Amino acid sequence: MINKLRTAEEAVAEIQNGASVMVGGFLGTGTPEILIDALVKKGVKHLTVIANDGGLPANPEKENSRARGVGKLLEAGMVDHIIASHVGMNPLVGKGMNEGTLECTLIPQGTLAERIRAAGAGLGGVLTPTGVGTLVAEGKDTLNVDGKDYLLEKPLKADFALVRASECDSFGNFRCSLATKNFNPLIATAADKVILASERIREVGEKEPDTYTTAGIYVDYIVGGEQPWQI
Amino acid sequence: MANLKERIARRVAKELKDGDVVNLGIGLPTKVADYIPEDIHVILHSENGFTGLVDQAEAGKENVDVINSGGVYVNHAPDANFFDTATSFGIVRGGHVDVTVLGAMEVDEHGNLANWIVPGKMVAGMGGAMDLVVGAKKVIIAMLHTQKGRHKILEECTLPYTAKGVVTKIITEMGTMEVVAEGLMLTEVHPDYTVEDVQQATGCSLIISSEL
Repeated sequence: MINKLRTAEEAVAEIQNGASVMVGGFLGTGTPEILIDALVKKGVKHLTVIANDGGLPANPEKENSRARGVGKLLEAGMVDHIIASHVGMNPLVGKGMNEGTLECTLIPQGTLAERIRAAGAGLGGVLTPTGVGTLVAEGKDTLNVDGKDYLLEKPLKADFALVRASECDSFGNFRCSLATKNFNPLIATAADKVILASERIREVGEKEPDTYTTAGIYVDYIVGGEQPWQI
Repeated sequence: MANLKERIARRVAKELKDGDVVNLGIGLPTKVADYIPEDIHVILHSENGFTGLVDQAEAGKENVDVINSGGVYVNHAPDANFFDTATSFGIVRGGHVDVTVLGAMEVDEHGNLANWIVPGKMVAGMGGAMDLVVGAKKVIIAMLHTQKGRHKILEECTLPYTAKGVVTKIITEMGTMEVVAEGLMLTEVHPDYTVEDVQQATGCSLIISSEL
């Protein structure tokens, strides 16, 4: 069996300037912080980040507060373009847009999920009623199916996906606890190189296959030592 | 103001039926959960990935893996179920959400809704709002009737749409309006106001229900 185990530094080594990177998580919950930290340490620039949101900024009222998730990449000035559904919780996005250093593309949350799923599932796109008759429809084909209008939304892929699991085996089969799932199982299917950070790594066969909900075939590298978030 | 919002939340809660799957937006709509009658079982959907949302978690007792769509640590019910974002919005668009409750910047007599962008101002993003209003069977707008005296209920929205023709009902501190084929019908007026008061605070002409 191929050895997929890497340190966080090794796992992100191939991410170069200008890469597109999908990041799991919803306002930080379910984001692989050790991979983000390793990427910040490596210090690449001009990334296109595809994620639900802009993560969270550091809380200035709290001692030792740090930015969370995608917020760390924004704080380090590593992102040229963010593709997300909601960026209102991180003022760094608005600031970057005002200063002209950051491009932001907003996509309805369900559409973002489906575009990623479509890419991972080999579909040419999805037809969704969401956004019909709104700014979101601009430049897109509207198709009428059985009397109802839908937008054609194309698949969305990336060079890398940074995925967080609660538990995985050494082949990369994984599961995400509770509300940490969000985009993680989806982005794992839609990137050329998939890097998984997990709280626990078990031997293959140690637990029943039903333990894991996403197949290890999607995963290229596995990094241990992801920690539960400390409030 | 807080009392008015509570009044709205309390009135919205009366719309919910036993067994309903309900998605509550951030802010005022979240308060609706406090007024759900105890004799009915309402399943709250949290679009970040589960059904069975209960309430905000007590400080020190948070499960760091469970937040709501506003990023707040919350408790979940024993019958909760957790899923990825594609499934979560499949639930929404697939018609499995009975009621969604959210606020609005503007809503018009055609049931058009604008609540996500003011051109020229900082944009937060639509998040799940566009999917929710298109997918939910019933869309209830819960908001204060006017914005500092400015009309929010109009003949036509002036701001970019979140979605067209999706609103079912508007519930404000002044009363309840239903979107019907002919326009907006006023069906209830709070005792603090007259029908004329409500009409004056509204930017389109209301059809007055024969019940009033």
